[in-house]
Amino acid sequence: MSKIKVVHYINNFFANIGGEEKADVPPEIREGKIGPGLALESSLGEEYEIVATAICGDSYFGENIEEAKETLMGMIEKYDPDLFVAGPAFNAGRYGTACGTMAKEVEEKLNIPVITGMYSENPGVDLFKQDIHIIETSISAAGMRKAMKKIADLGDKMVKEEEILSPQEEGYFERGIRVNYFNDVRGSKRAVDMLIKKMKKEEYNTEYPMPVFDRVDPMPAIKDLSKIKVALVTSGGVVPQGNPDKIESSSATKYGIYDISNLESMKKDDFMTIHGGYDRAFVTENPNLVVPLDVMREYEEEGVIGELADYFVTTTGTGTSVGNAKGFGEEFSKKLVEDGVGAVLLTST
Amino acid sequence: MKLELGKIMIKDVQFGEETKVEKGTLYVNKEKIKEMVLEDKRLIKADVELARPGESVRIAPVKDVIEPRVKVEGNGQVFPGIINKVKTVGEGRTHALVGSNVVTCGKIVGFQEGLIDMSGPTAKYTPFSKTNNVCVVIEGREDLETHEYEEAGRLAGLKVAAYIGEAGKKVEPDEIVTYETKPLLEQVAEYPDLPKVGYVHMLQSQGLLHDTYYYGVDAKVMVPTFMYPTEMMDGAIVSGNCVAPCDKVTTFHHFNNPVIEDLYERHGKDINFIGVVLTNENVWLMDKERSSDMTAKLCRHLGLDGVIITEEGYGNPDTDLMMNCQKVAQEDIDVVLITDEFPGRDGKSQSVADTVPEADALVSCGNGNVIEYFPPMDKVIGTLDYIETMIGGYEGSLKEDGSIEAEIQIIIASTIANGYNTLAAKGY
Repeated sequence: MSKIKVVHYINNFFANIGGEEKADVPPEIREGKIGPGLALESSLGEEYEIVATAICGDSYFGENIEEAKETLMGMIEKYDPDLFVAGPAFNAGRYGTACGTMAKEVEEKLNIPVITGMYSENPGVDLFKQDIHIIETSISAAGMRKAMKKIADLGDKMVKEEEILSPQEEGYFERGIRVNYFNDVRGSKRAVDMLIKKMKKEEYNTEYPMPVFDRVDPMPAIKDLSKIKVALVTSGGVVPQGNPDKIESSSATKYGIYDISNLESMKKDDFMTIHGGYDRAFVTENPNLVVPLDVMREYEEEGVIGELADYFVTTTGTGTSVGNAKGFGEEFSKKLVEDGVGAVLLTST
Repeated sequence: MKLELGKIMIKDVQFGEETKVEKGTLYVNKEKIKEMVLEDKRLIKADVELARPGESVRIAPVKDVIEPRVKVEGNGQVFPGIINKVKTVGEGRTHALVGSNVVTCGKIVGFQEGLIDMSGPTAKYTPFSKTNNVCVVIEGREDLETHEYEEAGRLAGLKVAAYIGEAGKKVEPDEIVTYETKPLLEQVAEYPDLPKVGYVHMLQSQGLLHDTYYYGVDAKVMVPTFMYPTEMMDGAIVSGNCVAPCDKVTTFHHFNNPVIEDLYERHGKDINFIGVVLTNENVWLMDKERSSDMTAKLCRHLGLDGVIITEEGYGNPDTDLMMNCQKVAQEDIDVVLITDEFPGRDGKSQSVADTVPEADALVSCGNGNVIEYFPPMDKVIGTLDYIETMIGGYEGSLKEDGSIEAEIQIIIASTIANGYNTLAAKGY
């Protein structure tokens, strides 16, 4: 029976090429295992084989990220691996970043399990813990054997699609991914217990530490709106009748861009709302309440605004994750800029 | 205020000529119920179907779930100010047909009604897969305006529940639980050495099909107030909203508020449970400011040392939750929040829409965005026509064989943010 193929990524130091003076070596790949690969293969057991080891100098990687990533991907792809292991990088910052970058890239491109290991203060942890599994290691390579054992155990589970347990049980950094489970005690009772502890000044653990939002500072005020092209953007779920792109009524995974170039106002025969978070009765009668095309046309006529863009952008806000919303914005704002839009009227519901 | 709650355990439900309880079986008169529902001329069709735990039955779109209860002794009747005269309730004796529920369903009102599976892998998410349900399937007049249809459906459910509840009036309960909260000064004096704890209960009141009623008063036009916990056990609060199904605090949940029950459990032992501060979740900023100011003021006024705050809904109400948390905490009162999470299908985004640093003690009721597979059921009560546009559904959710793939927020009360369930989320 053929073995499960592993490609391992390491840096100049662990490949025995040299220390800092050799940190500029470009990407290369060698058949079989090298250095820490021995510990990895023996931890993985006989079912596995390290078919190749990809190597790159840490400074080279850091200074030529895009090129190094692409070259290494080309090399790794050829071996058609079932599992990709990077490092572990311990407390080496540049190495950690390279391990994280490559693991994330391989997962995205080859859709195979990837895993790496780092010390808690390695900057690569914060950069990549949300994207990939990073096993927590000791500060230095003295902890290699222990780290490789955990990497191998988790990697094996990932390959065999077995259930991955909590960060504490498996030894990886919490990825900030919220996963459901059934507690033994109902929520209200846990809340009463937590309150009693809090009032007694005893230690308690919140079940959800408050998240951080990347607040966007507002742009400076527009000095002269009469020269600006304005676009209408809404999270109010107004779409053409029939919802041609099937945007969801909640938890949207897509947005739509629809033509309004020949329209003076939003007619109820042409547009509808699919938003699941508010009573649609009034907007169904008058879609201008959410996409105020009628008023904007008047402003255009009066010269209050320079002109109105030929289309409006729309999605459903209710239940839509910040991740999705951010993705939509990053994508369509490029089009807005390309089309010479200087300001956006955002309507929410 | 002292209330004896007599629990009559219902283990089965059957149709019968007379609506009655006999040896743990609830018999209901189908024709009588249909007649009662159709007294409201806004409704043109009514049917009654039964759903029991373990059956291959799917109920959708579900509007409300109501436990049948009846006042046996004491002032007033259940649902005062709604289907009975306004009278302060919460004292005396009340009987509940525990293990049975009235479930209103049928043609959708908005987007925000959900489903109940009586068996299969998704049954575990809702408490109503474990109860014997009398499903009232309604259909409104075609020209009926949405808000009228919502009201007709709401009143039909309450009337039927009150009617069935009457059947328990003379039945000897299997268990009697006594709950008592004294007038403020006496209550404080009763356990002078225990910390004084209150419950800040946020009622959904965004309006436009998101409403809750307190003695018949629409919660969005009330200011925060103080109440005895036992008032809720007699139906002082009624759900009128079509909020996201997973989050819906049904009328059943107002009767059986888990925070109240668990605070009473520790009352006199670890805490002195003083009562409930009732507030709302309006959409106007001025209303949010006023209500959270008043909530904090009331908590201080009552001399509370700690409070638990719960919300109904997610997104916009997260703001009310956080404003309440911050302002109450600034009165030097310890706060614990209960909420559910919506971090997206990949679980990677922020779970709540707003945060304050004071929100440092929070209980999770699970991630509502998780996708589940709902296998086909032998029988559907109501209709699956709206699955793909219901909250949690999407294009392609409903398969040809009647199976469904959807986010668990489509299930009634699956991540209800008052801690009724054991579902929770943790960081991976």
